[in-house]
Amino acid sequence: MSDGKYFSTTKRGEIHELKEELRSLDRPKKKDAVKKVIAAMTVGKDVSMLFPDVVNCMQTDDLELKKLVYLYLINYAKTQPDLAIMAVNTFVKDSQDPNPLIRALAVRTMGCIRVDKITEYLCDPLQRCLKDDDPYVRKTAAICVAKLYDINPELVEDRGFLDMLREMLSDANPMVVANALAALQEIQELAGSGGKDLLQMTSQTLNKLLAALNECTEWGQVFILDSLAAYDTRDPRDAEKIAERVLPRLQHVNSAVVLSAVKVILRCMDVVALGPGGGEETIKGWSKKMAPPLVTLLASEPEVQYVALRNINLIVQRRPAILANEVKVFFCKYNDPLYVKMEKLEIMIRLASDKNIDQVLLELKEYAQEVDVDFVRKSVRAIGRCAVALEKATERCINVLLELIQTKVSYVVQEAIIVIKDIFRRYPNQYESIIATLCDNLDSLDEPEAKSSMIWIIGEYAERIDNADELLEAFLETFPEETAMVQLQLLTATVKLFLKKPTESAQKMISAVLSCATNETDNPDLRDRAYIYWRLLSTDPEAAKDVVLAEKPVIADDSSTLDPSLLEQLVSRYLATVAAVYHRPPETFVSRQRMAVTRAEELGSRKFEEDDGATPGTMVSDNNAAAAAGAAAAAVGDLLDLSDASPVPVPPAAAVGAAAATRGLDDLLGGLDLGGPTIRSSIPHIHPAAAAADPFAALANSSPAPISLGISPAALSQLPVLLANPGGVSVQGRLVRQGGQAVYQLALRNDTLAPVDGLMIQTNRNSFGLSPASQVLAVSAPGGVIPPGGLAPVRVPLLVDPSKVTPPPLNTGLQVALRTNQVGVLYFNDTVPLSALTEETGTMEAADFLAAWKTLPPEASTRLPLAVPSAEVAKQRLAAANLFVLAHRQVPATSQDAIYATCRITAGGVGQVLLELKFVAGAGGVDVSVKAERQDVAQLVFDGLPAVLLGAA
Amino acid sequence: MASAASAIYFLNLRGDILLERRYKDDVDREIAESFRDRILNARERDAAAVYGPIRTLGSVTFMYLRHADIYILLLTRSNGNAMLSFQFMTSLVSLFQSYFEGDLTESSIRANFVLMYELLDEVMDYGLPQLTDPAILKTLVFQKGYKADFSSLLGANVSLADAAAKKAKEAAAAANATLSVTGAVSWRREGIKYKRNDIYLDLVEQVNVLMSNNGAVLRNDVVGRIQMKCLLSDMPELRLGLNDQMQDVTFHQCVNLGAYESQKVVTFVPPDGEFELMRYRVNDGITLPFKVLPVINEVGRTKLEANVTVKSTFSNKMMAGPVVVLVPVPDNTASAKMLVTAGRAKYDATKKALVWKITKFAGNAEHTLRAEVALVASTKEKKPWGRPPIQLQFQVPMLSCSGLRVQYLKVVERKLGSAYKAEKWVRKLSKSGDFLIRI
Repeated sequence: MSDGKYFSTTKRGEIHELKEELRSLDRPKKKDAVKKVIAAMTVGKDVSMLFPDVVNCMQTDDLELKKLVYLYLINYAKTQPDLAIMAVNTFVKDSQDPNPLIRALAVRTMGCIRVDKITEYLCDPLQRCLKDDDPYVRKTAAICVAKLYDINPELVEDRGFLDMLREMLSDANPMVVANALAALQEIQELAGSGGKDLLQMTSQTLNKLLAALNECTEWGQVFILDSLAAYDTRDPRDAEKIAERVLPRLQHVNSAVVLSAVKVILRCMDVVALGPGGGEETIKGWSKKMAPPLVTLLASEPEVQYVALRNINLIVQRRPAILANEVKVFFCKYNDPLYVKMEKLEIMIRLASDKNIDQVLLELKEYAQEVDVDFVRKSVRAIGRCAVALEKATERCINVLLELIQTKVSYVVQEAIIVIKDIFRRYPNQYESIIATLCDNLDSLDEPEAKSSMIWIIGEYAERIDNADELLEAFLETFPEETAMVQLQLLTATVKLFLKKPTESAQKMISAVLSCATNETDNPDLRDRAYIYWRLLSTDPEAAKDVVLAEKPVIADDSSTLDPSLLEQLVSRYLATVAAVYHRPPETFVSRQRMAVTRAEELGSRKFEEDDGATPGTMVSDNNAAAAAGAAAAAVGDLLDLSDASPVPVPPAAAVGAAAATRGLDDLLGGLDLGGPTIRSSIPHIHPAAAAADPFAALANSSPAPISLGISPAALSQLPVLLANPGGVSVQGRLVRQGGQAVYQLALRNDTLAPVDGLMIQTNRNSFGLSPASQVLAVSAPGGVIPPGGLAPVRVPLLVDPSKVTPPPLNTGLQVALRTNQVGVLYFNDTVPLSALTEETGTMEAADFLAAWKTLPPEASTRLPLAVPSAEVAKQRLAAANLFVLAHRQVPATSQDAIYATCRITAGGVGQVLLELKFVAGAGGVDVSVKAERQDVAQLVFDGLPAVLLGAA
Repeated sequence: MASAASAIYFLNLRGDILLERRYKDDVDREIAESFRDRILNARERDAAAVYGPIRTLGSVTFMYLRHADIYILLLTRSNGNAMLSFQFMTSLVSLFQSYFEGDLTESSIRANFVLMYELLDEVMDYGLPQLTDPAILKTLVFQKGYKADFSSLLGANVSLADAAAKKAKEAAAAANATLSVTGAVSWRREGIKYKRNDIYLDLVEQVNVLMSNNGAVLRNDVVGRIQMKCLLSDMPELRLGLNDQMQDVTFHQCVNLGAYESQKVVTFVPPDGEFELMRYRVNDGITLPFKVLPVINEVGRTKLEANVTVKSTFSNKMMAGPVVVLVPVPDNTASAKMLVTAGRAKYDATKKALVWKITKFAGNAEHTLRAEVALVASTKEKKPWGRPPIQLQFQVPMLSCSGLRVQYLKVVERKLGSAYKAEKWVRKLSKSGDFLIRI
């Protein structure tokens, strides 16, 4: 009999009828009614009005019915907290039932009901169940402790549940051990890294976990392995012992067990490497055992394969030896989904070596003739990357590329030319003989990137191409219609040609280009560059030669290669997690609110000292002075960035504050800096040292340099991630307040294979009516095009549009849509920080404050779980966020500080807000009271204040 | 880190929610609904095939797995173990398949939603995976038939004393079940009795190969499974000896991994009934059961000639089951004339291929397909044809392509000793996985 029939009751009067049936004395009828209710709930109908009737069915011997009622309770208890209390008696009774399944069910369900009143009643049953004779009940109770901690941490600590959990690590039953461990890990995460080490792993606990590892369920094994990976040992013998016990897990059929075991062993390798002789033999032996299971992960569903491949990519970077002989298993299958193929290609490139390159090239050539354009392009690009990485194989790679060019398929030819340009940059003056072949294909070039690559090649080798001037002249015919990328390249190539072969025709061309670029274009980048050339050429042609024809830095293939410290972190701490799939640290995508709290605890006063250093001798309350000092620091940073290889760390806060103030300066520097990156390299990054070595060389040779505007590149990548989209367009950014309005500082990363343009932005209706001043995004990249692999900053001022204000209650959520020509519409959610809303003129007289405090409706209060290092810091940070401090005093007879502050938010009709903050410097907990005309303002302040007090705003 | 999800959703391909179960309070139905608008619809192309299965919007991470006509979606706000999440989803698929005795589809979800809720309660708690093995769960969450009897008994007018006795018995039975699901030998309960002890062992191998058009093997492996059905009394321990051919082996949790590591003998106390004992992979020393020699020529713009020869290389004492050869043809195919030495061939427009089916293919034999394909001449500049590989599908009973052999299978029951007798049945089967030949 199918349950499908329960969905079919959609007639009117249904609710009334259900009510009747729920009260029926006929058991099967009653049960059917509950099933109908659950069916309605399943399709998203609101059936909360049946709450009392459903709860009445709770007292039953029928386990199936009971489970259904419990399910209903989990979903609706929150909406009916007063009625939920009705269920408590049955829960308590059930938690003492002779049947262990019912006892466990009761505790499990009670923990899922987040109603304060119920939580109070949960403690006694939980205490009993943690000591239950039945392991099934105990394993369920262990997890319930974590649930309770999520609702009420103090209660858990007061009742000693944490100690009980730790005791359970010695339980005789392996599943209880695993769940107790998992619960402790969850609690640790909830408490943040500032919390004390809950697990307190000793060698004794370690032995218990290793013993339980053999016997518990597959999921329990993952919990245990993940905690072993977090165990910090320095003793090589310890590490060997752990690894020996974990190695057999590699044979497990569950991919998660295998990958977590791999993680533990990789970690043990690091420790063993510190031991005598670097543990070489041991590491070799383990590596040999790790390869087959890693390969077997690729026999799973494509989704699992994808996760495996992203992790293997990291492993291959960290320990290339493990899979050095396995390149064949990463060859793409015809039917693999595109996302799997792309990842396999990345790994093939990494594993390519002099030994296997012939095989790899044969495969890549095959792929380059398939039908999917993206895959074909990436395959051609892969051939280029192999050539750049493997010097001995370059010639073979070039031959394959030439064969592909003969296919005359337009996008294959264009992609090949782009990578050949990279090969020329890696091995200058070695393979020019093929230029003739390239020149045969000029007609098929219609993509800007391919065109500019070809133009670069012509300019670079102008002296060896007999008809270089004719070729360039042909390109110049369409100069005004070309994209900025091609125009810039044409300009530079023409200058090179002129300097190398100052013939009459070259002279004619250069004057035509320069006049066109200076007179007839709106593009400041192009104009500036043309002026610089013009002046150089007219004042000192020899100097122009030195600059334009200077020796170029050799490029290396470090695209998508991770920073070693990040790689280390991802492999030894985060392997198998979401962070490892994204190849990004977790703080870039995990909820910021939560991270902000942990970070404050981590950094404590250290962060404060840095801030202090950046703004020496400034008035605490004076925003502008602070911003100006920050600006100076940032400007210096930028200058040094250009002239020195080592990037100067700019505190992100200072850089943000400085953005507006340094616009003028930045434009100047940016002009120089930006002149270069118009030609995209398929190998996106050259070594920063080389790029920065000589700004003019970078300019003249059009080496790709990071695009910067207002924010230093370092600060840019520090922006929180709003939308992570590997292989697509990702968005980082934050809302700040600048020049009296809210401004979105965004950075768009293009991880697709094609340039992205036509960017537009729109916000959904929100509580503050925030909407972009202009829907068209002024991306600071040449021509408004973000090249593949590029990171483009953009500044979006937001206006307050009263017609876009949603009705109360206030909600800090902001939904943003981003449109592009290539990847369609992207959406992301953000929260509006308090500091983006508070107005610069929002202060008031202390006397008015007192009067207002008395007349406004009663205050709302809460306690924020964070620590403020000192009252001075708090005042400074409040002031920086336009929360004006009016008074500060010591609360008599305590060590408490009290601060009174105010702010004004016109957006959304919030109005004047009055605040009182009480705290003990350096200790946890800030008591906040808020008064305002509107009652819903308090929550806004409570939500926004932590970021302000932590200086994260 | 251990946590795998805050909630699980089952959605159809349009992105409508079919079923949800929330395990933590930090996500809601509305977020799951944005899956439709922001992940499925935000793409021009088929999202599942082009983009990876994991995305973060705001601070919520979406992990999704496509199966049949549904998506399974996990939401989380923390940096959880992603492999755990995806493995959990695949385990769920097999769990539901086992319970439904059919596939997990949009219609089977609707037909079994009560059972699914009950199972979702057991498989995960507060985002932590718990029990997903169908054999184990069936001792806790009974099949429908069993449940129906049980409730009707309670519904009937049994005397109070009877009811109390029944209840005590039930509690005892439940206690037994909970012990066995959490215990060391969680996969087998005590006191199983059969009149006759039988062991069935099936060796099923899947052959994956990629050949170039001249017959050179580019990539080749065999993925094998040993499927068992044990109808055995008491607590026997089995020892399975295999000639060691395998590159990588994964075992059912009943296998003593330490014993395999040291002695290379697969030692285990089997679960009752059917289960998969192990999976293995072999890369070297594989004998391919078939060779395929294709000659495909595009003659001008309107004609294509195909000549495909298939040879069987196994002994002529064996016979392959249905063999299907899929020869791809271009999109603009109008019709095809075919000539075959055995079986039947036809042009299938939806598959864009010539489908050649041979019901029985003897060992050591050779058959040929000759085809002349007429193409529609298009006025537009023609995109080159991708030339996808030829695909071969087959089943050959009693053949093990990897050369893996069962050397012995011993049964030991500690208490009964040599009095314990069991019948053993071993079968072998080789079938095609991705058997592809480039043209």
